[in-house]
Amino acid sequence: MTPSEVDYRDVQGLVCFGYKRMTIASYALVRVKNREAARAWLRSAPVSNAEKIEPPALPPTTALQVAFTAPGLRALGVSESIIAGFSHEFQAGMAQESRARQLGDVEGNAPKYWDWGGPANEPHALVMFFAEPGGFDPFVQSLTGAQWGDAFEEPHWLPTENLDGFEPFGFTDGISQPKIDWEQERDPTSPQLDYTNVSALGEFLLGYRNEYGKFTDRPLLKADETSADLLAAEDEPEKKDLGRNGTYLVLRQLEQDVRKFWQFIHRQAGGNPGEADKLAAAMVGRTIQGDPLVPIQKESIQGIEKEEEIRQNQFTFDSDPAGARCPFGAHVRRANPRNTDFPARPTSLLKKIIIMLGFGPKGFRDDLMSSVRFHRILRRGREYGSELKPEDALAPAPPDDPKRGLHFICLNANISRQFEFLQNAWIASTKFSGLTGESDPLLGNRHAIPGCPVTSDFNLQADGGLRRRVTGLPQFVTVRGGAYFFLPSLRALRYLAGAGDAPA
Amino acid sequence: MTPQSSFMVLATVTPAREAELRGLLDSMNDAPGRVNANNAVIPFSQLDTLHFARLLILEDKTIGDVSVHGLPTRTYPLYLAFLGDMDGDEDTFLDELARRASDGLRRLFSCCEGFTPDSDLLGWMQHHRRPAIATFVNWRGRTVRRVREEAALRAALDGYIASNASSLQGLAPRELHAKLSQFVEGEKSSGRLTLSAESPTPIGWWITNALYLVGAPLLLVLASPLLLLAPLYFLRLRYLEKTDAEVCPSVDQAYSEQLGLAEDHDVTNQFSALGSRKPGFVRLLTLTGVLSVVNYAARHVTRPGHLGRIRTIHFARWVFLDDKNRMVFFSNYDGSVEAYMDDFINKTGFGLNASFSSAIGYPRTRWLLFDGCADERKYKEYIRRHTIPTQVWYKAYPGLTVVDLEKNSRLRQGFEKSSMNDEEAREWVALL
Repeated sequence: MTPSEVDYRDVQGLVCFGYKRMTIASYALVRVKNREAARAWLRSAPVSNAEKIEPPALPPTTALQVAFTAPGLRALGVSESIIAGFSHEFQAGMAQESRARQLGDVEGNAPKYWDWGGPANEPHALVMFFAEPGGFDPFVQSLTGAQWGDAFEEPHWLPTENLDGFEPFGFTDGISQPKIDWEQERDPTSPQLDYTNVSALGEFLLGYRNEYGKFTDRPLLKADETSADLLAAEDEPEKKDLGRNGTYLVLRQLEQDVRKFWQFIHRQAGGNPGEADKLAAAMVGRTIQGDPLVPIQKESIQGIEKEEEIRQNQFTFDSDPAGARCPFGAHVRRANPRNTDFPARPTSLLKKIIIMLGFGPKGFRDDLMSSVRFHRILRRGREYGSELKPEDALAPAPPDDPKRGLHFICLNANISRQFEFLQNAWIASTKFSGLTGESDPLLGNRHAIPGCPVTSDFNLQADGGLRRRVTGLPQFVTVRGGAYFFLPSLRALRYLAGAGDAPA
Repeated sequence: MTPQSSFMVLATVTPAREAELRGLLDSMNDAPGRVNANNAVIPFSQLDTLHFARLLILEDKTIGDVSVHGLPTRTYPLYLAFLGDMDGDEDTFLDELARRASDGLRRLFSCCEGFTPDSDLLGWMQHHRRPAIATFVNWRGRTVRRVREEAALRAALDGYIASNASSLQGLAPRELHAKLSQFVEGEKSSGRLTLSAESPTPIGWWITNALYLVGAPLLLVLASPLLLLAPLYFLRLRYLEKTDAEVCPSVDQAYSEQLGLAEDHDVTNQFSALGSRKPGFVRLLTLTGVLSVVNYAARHVTRPGHLGRIRTIHFARWVFLDDKNRMVFFSNYDGSVEAYMDDFINKTGFGLNASFSSAIGYPRTRWLLFDGCADERKYKEYIRRHTIPTQVWYKAYPGLTVVDLEKNSRLRQGFEKSSMNDEEAREWVALL
């Protein structure tokens, strides 16, 4: 079957763009006050699509994006039978007890302490405003007038800060992103023996084939007058696909204690700035400038083409099997181990069968991780709080020290297999890649688990020598809020804004 | 070598006593999914050869699925299953169990049919044993005692290294090995560390094992004339594969969340799944045949620590119920259920398809090994829908994964060597 083309005018812009030029952004978490007013506001909202604007047309200077939680869809009057078509994790929400436990959101990170998103504090919708400098206030004012006031309760605003491509700890951010196979040219159903940075479209947009060559959970509706404007489902053409061209959006407010981070590093480095930078780089898995800790390889990697991408991303960890250059537990190695479907690159069927029967490589770390292509996310987060340079972070905090952190946002078609898996099995896990006693050096909650009182170590492996173990890592990042949203297509948005309306 | 074995007691719950039984099971936990290892009913922690145990009520929510094959829904009794994996043989263990947990077990079984206050507990349990058709043991010969000794060894080494880091940091692997060996010898002779030698393999087990090793292939050779019928079998199987209905609806949200409450309290989780077998001789033959192969392979073919490529399963077993009309699968696996299912799909899909495609509603397979679970969404819904709550679950070594156990074993093995070559020493040092 030839895949259908993507109508970019139906896709919200965030899937394609980070809106980097629009350096001013703020996110409103809203609850519906009046259903009809909320729908009316949504119908008139100029939600930005993903169509590329080519010169001579002028690029937009503002952008608006809208996404909904499951309670939000209910508040808009969407029926339970439609909501039941969304994925289980979206319906349950991030704060649900067993999910929170999987994500490491326990003790101080527990949803009950969150500023927003916790029990009885769930937002209904996320409204994201982006603008170039100077244009932000008039843009927001134009959209949050009387109709907005009628529609929604007073929002919880999440302002952001432009740190010029650095995250609050001072590291270059957002370097590695998957490339979406928009043309649906790559065949993901055969075993992938080489690391690829290209992901099937269906990993990031609902209604298209994913890395298994299948379709992900989303509601399929009966074709009738109310759903007439929706696109047909590719796998069940007699039905309408409410998910098509939409995706799921994960938002987590991660407060970063920048002072605690650099002060800890400096104590460990005995005050030596060079050593401090080295340790920090080992924890992150990249230097502060963003360079990888393992060498760039000669062989190209699918989906890594531009010169800057090659310089920063043309590598796998095959060149560092002992973890001596980039520790196994480093943040970037956890977040993307850059592995493939098979260890040891079996080119013949016989070799594949030998590995499948369990007679592959013999090292205790070999073949422990799931193939990364099923667990990629597209990151779209922005920082908040004023910049604090690493050298200034060594000074004690003034009484009015602002909070800093990241509004982590990622897009994925399968929250459970992508974001949740990544956070649970790789980031928060104290058993990642054969390690024990440590979780992500940046994001870990350092919470003791049964049988493992210590999870606050960080090991720097050495090739042919004793590892160096840093102990007593404090918790640097605290979760302050979070929720799962559905980022609908523009057609689906129009449907939701009129959902339940009697057919004309 | 002390081989591992397993037990399972299966009893019919007296309908009027179900609520009481559930209450009793809940009383063994501190919270859902968190057993009190020293609870008043069965003090698991006193059973020092027991690796894993669970008690659960086999409640089948998918019993009506047989209607897709045009069959009427049968009513089965509600069972209580009590099962575990331990060192040594089953009789010795049941005997110890009956002695140590007599009162608690009597309270539990008094909620089941056929158990009276004057019943002989041990005899009754033996009478209600339900053998597995296939079992998987991650590492034959690794006893609970050894697991604990090796974990203590690692803890001692961690402590020693932490206090002597500066003098150890620069050492070459072989020097490091010599230095740490010296420390371990010292700890052993002062009695602070014990690393017990392996017990001799029981001769009876050794003989049975050898007979199984040789006998099963021999039987196959004797039965080889039946291969003439193989084309007929495969034609029929392929026809069934094309026509049998899939039953993979989205699992009830509340049910899935209820299962979640008992999950992820430890780095290891329990998994119990129940379902009906597809009707007909071909499916029965397929299922029995595949599971016999699985059992043989798990015993004689797989590499220790591996079930195919999967390195997260401690113990697993397949058990037939009700004249082989239903089957239940139990496992103890590391990580969360999503990762567990992904592992199966991506690493051992063929084995999963072969062993589960004879269950009603399983996603459509092709030639027994292909497709099936490769339809990720259907497969995950299917599995979650057939998962049943495990009311009580015990693990003897919280916090330790299969990989931890292997790492610790390799570490100990290093101390049994008086010398190593450079390459061996490098690999060994990486375990620290």
